[in-house]
This record gives sequence, structure tokens and C-alpha cells, in this order.
Amino acid sequence: MAGRDISYEAVMARRSEIMKRAVGIDYSRFAQGPLAFDYERMMAEVGYSLDEIRTIQEANSVGHTPLIELKNVTAAVRRTAPAGKGARIFVKDEAANPSGSFKARRASVSVYHAQASGYKGVISATSGNYGAAVAAIAAMRRLAAIIVQEVFDSRGLGQPEIVEKGRACEAYGAEVLQLTVGPELFYVFLLLLEETGFFNASLYTPFSIAGIETLGVEVAEDMQDREGRNPDLVVITHAGGGNVTGTARGLRAAGARDAVVVGASVDLSGLHMASDVDFNRKSFTTGHTGFGVPFATWPDRADVPRNAARPLRYLHRYVTMTQGEVFYVTEMLAQLEGLERGPAGNTSLAAAVALARGMDEDQTVVVQETEYTGAGKHPTAQLTFARQNGVEVRRGDPRENVPGKRIVIPETLDQIRAQEVDLDRLRRSYIRNAIENTGLKRVDPTELQFLMDETNAPKDFVVKALTDLGVAVAG
Amino acid sequence: MEETVKKGSWVQVHRVILPAGKRAPQVPEETQRVPLELWAKGFLQRDAHLGEEVTVRTVIGREITGTLVAVNPPYRHTFGAPVPELLTIGQELRELLAQPRARRGGAAGGDA
Repeated sequence: MAGRDISYEAVMARRSEIMKRAVGIDYSRFAQGPLAFDYERMMAEVGYSLDEIRTIQEANSVGHTPLIELKNVTAAVRRTAPAGKGARIFVKDEAANPSGSFKARRASVSVYHAQASGYKGVISATSGNYGAAVAAIAAMRRLAAIIVQEVFDSRGLGQPEIVEKGRACEAYGAEVLQLTVGPELFYVFLLLLEETGFFNASLYTPFSIAGIETLGVEVAEDMQDREGRNPDLVVITHAGGGNVTGTARGLRAAGARDAVVVGASVDLSGLHMASDVDFNRKSFTTGHTGFGVPFATWPDRADVPRNAARPLRYLHRYVTMTQGEVFYVTEMLAQLEGLERGPAGNTSLAAAVALARGMDEDQTVVVQETEYTGAGKHPTAQLTFARQNGVEVRRGDPRENVPGKRIVIPETLDQIRAQEVDLDRLRRSYIRNAIENTGLKRVDPTELQFLMDETNAPKDFVVKALTDLGVAVAG
Repeated sequence: MEETVKKGSWVQVHRVILPAGKRAPQVPEETQRVPLELWAKGFLQRDAHLGEEVTVRTVIGREITGTLVAVNPPYRHTFGAPVPELLTIGQELRELLAQPRARRGGAAGGDA
């Protein structure tokens, strides 16, 4: 790359060219207009069939994780519920995957595709479990792996959860680059892609999302085998949208169209994700609203031109939980079920506890993931770190939680309550972002249909939202 | 007291990617005021001292240059201290399980 201008502005200006080579997908093929693109065609043509994915994943011992009925948790929830209420809670123990999380499903397909396409290595920009997953699968497939992480604040103080994930990446033989806070991580990522010619193992390609579909399929099939019917409700920890999108698509593929799909995020409202100061005032580095809301209301903010994770298409409900509630249920899972698992993945368990309480006792709720736990990535580690950073930790009513200032561990199980997010508000926000980002003044029938699909909303809702924004609707 | 770090040692290097004030326009002010920094680890390619500009070879064989800042840097993350607010939750939940549950008028709903 001698002679190339590697200044921030120059590299960012080359981003689409770099991405095209690093992902190998010509996204313009699927464009239908300034806004619309054929999402289903992209997923069908670029991705792999479910059978192919199962074969790819089985080659890496990914998937077929245990589905565990949480009998003691269910019993405890029933003691906080009215007579006849308290649905049975099951958990898909995704921590049993290589590298310890469901992210192995995404990585297995991405890394397979990279290898099949002749790339010598893979790069991923992630501070989450996905880095370890990419590193582990790359190790199995004998490809080089580079993981780029946002780890430190300007004092050089590392988020313990992320430091641990970096260690795990190194354990699997990856090169780990650690950065301070800031979205310019993407610039470093682009430079690396250009310099190495490696594959962009993005979280948001069709490969990555298709890799999660098997999780939805397994949830449906496991429940059909054991209970003779589909789950009534599936709770999915929601951050960038891939977990919701892939799982919901898998549920549909397995015929569980009637299962209610609920996204759950930790409430970190008020904390700026790119702030050097806020960075270490949060005790969760994923599964939170700082990703969950922006990615739901504008998915195409990711490291690929068209994000294959489009959660508003699939969410029936979206709830938030407090950090203290998630730590409480993490403790509960260990103490009542003998399952010591990482906190972030238990965001959906906290929501399941709250939602199961109001459901009939013959109904079922599936929590579709767990993640591994370890030093740094554990309630004691994260709460110790919170205290060191001036965050108050105490028992009390979780409603007194203030992200970045106070973590309130519930005093009793019945205090765990899901906060419902108004999906219509997110849908309107999506439509506003779509209009602002494309500058459309007039929407034709193709764009209108696309917006209806994207927001999973009826025509009159979308038309009204557009009209309120002063956008003309043709046809 | 500056000891020589031997070629081949496992070390950490540091680089400033974007200086303070030259950050992306969308970052908040507190982030704009500080540089974007990068740390990487690898095998030192020549004898050197801390603070010197050096090249390392990473575990996948790439070469990275930067300021030598640490030799064999340890992992410092831990499980932290026991958290008193969590310590009694298990016992509280077992006491909850020992209580009878609400019953629908005589219906045997299973005592799960």
C-alpha cells in the first residue's frame, strides 16, 4: 500500500472500496432505490442454506447446546405470582459453545466463508464475546485472526469485562489491538483491512446473521421434542440486533411463527457510548440500550454497507432491565440452578423472570442464551469495578437505579420488573432516520413497502409518520 | 536503572493514532480532548529500552512499531472482592422456595 494516504479523512473516504474487498459482497446488487434494498434476496443469495450452516457449525462443534429447564427459578417466580401464574422458564445454554457464547454460531459461518473465499485471515472489530468466537474458529480453520477492541479510557483504565475478552482472544491465538474510547476504532479497522487483505468478519454480514438462525431453529425443535409444542415466548438479549434477527428468523424457519419474540437490553440511558468519562461508569459493555436503541432505529450504522441485522422487522416486544436486576438473576442462576454464567447474557433471563410472572403456568418462556463467566466478566468483578469508579452499589428498589451513578440490587425477586419500550416510538424514529440519512422528499411505492417491512408496521402507520415529517407519499 | 530489554522478549508497544483535538467530529468534548491510543503486544525485534521506538512481531507474524511501554505485561483483571449486596441472595431465595405458593381454589397446579 506504499504511497497511499493513510490520514483519517483519506481512509474514511476509501471505506466502501476497502469494505467491498474485505467482505466480498457487492451490496449495490440489492439496491431498489435510494433507501430500499431487497433484504430477503440478500439473505438468500449471499448466505448459506440452513442445512449448509448446520454442517459448517457441526464441523466446529458449534450448536446443539443443552436446553435446560430452570425448575427452581420457575418455582421461585411462582411464589411471587398470583395463583395459576408463572410460566415455566427454560434456558439455552449457549455458554457450551466453543469460546463460551452464541457468538460462535456467527463466527463459524464468517470464518468458513473467509476460508472458502481464499482469505488468509480474518479481522473483527468487537469488544464482546464475538472476538473470542472469531479467534477460536479461526484457530480451528488455521486462519490468522486480528481482533480490534475498545478497552481503555484516557487514564489507561481497562473495562474488566473487555480486558477478559481480550485475554480470551489471545488464548485462542489472535493478535489483539487495544484502543481507547472512540468511534475512530473504525479507522484503525479499515487501515488493517487494507494493509492485510484479510476478511472483515463483521457481526453484521448475512453470514453472521445466518449463523444465528440455527439457534432459533434449535430453540423451536428442542421445545417441540420435549414439550410437543412451540415456546410461547422467546427472550433475546438485544444489542446490535443480530441476536434478535437471527433467532427470530430461525424460529420462523422451524415453524414457530406464533412464539412472541421479546428483545431485552440493560438500561444505560443517559450514558454516551463515545464518552471517555462515561465509558467506565457502565457495568455492562454489551446487551445494553446504548447499542440496542440506535441499532434498532438505524441498522446501517455498522461496519458493512447494509446490515443484515434488522431487529425492528422481528421484535414483538422490547423491554429494558436495570443492571442491578441482571446481577441479581445472575446470582439466582448460580445459587438455585448451579449454573454460573456471565452477567450480560443474563439480561434476557432477568426479563424472563419478570414476564413469566404474568403468564399462565402452563406456558413456556425460553431464554435463548447464556455466556461464559470468568475474571472481569462476573458480578463481583463488575460491581467491584463500579464501586472503584464512584458508582454507588446498594440493595433496594430497582426503580432507583441511575445508569452510571447507582446500581440497585433488588431486595426481593418480585421487584424485578420489565420496562416496556414503546416500539411505535422506535418505528417512528427509524423512519425519521431513514428520511434524514437519504434526504428523500418523496417516497415511491417500493420505498413505502420497504419502510413497512423494516418497521413491521401497517401502511397507514408509515404514511402518517412520513406525512408528519413532511415527506410526500406517491402511489 | 534502565535495563536492556532483550530481543525476543514479549512486550507491549503504544502508539497515538489520533492526537487530542484531531478526533472525529462526532465524538463528545471529553473524548475530543484526549488522544486515540493503541496498545499491541509482540516479540521485540531488537534489544531496546523502555520508552524507545521499537518494532514487535505479533503472534500472527505482523510487524508493528510503537513506543516500548511494558515487558511481559500481566493480566490484572480479577474476580474482584466479594460483594456484600450479593452474598445473601441465595439464602433469601431458598427461604422464598420454602414458602407455600398461592393456589387456585383447590386446583392441583403442581408445586414446581
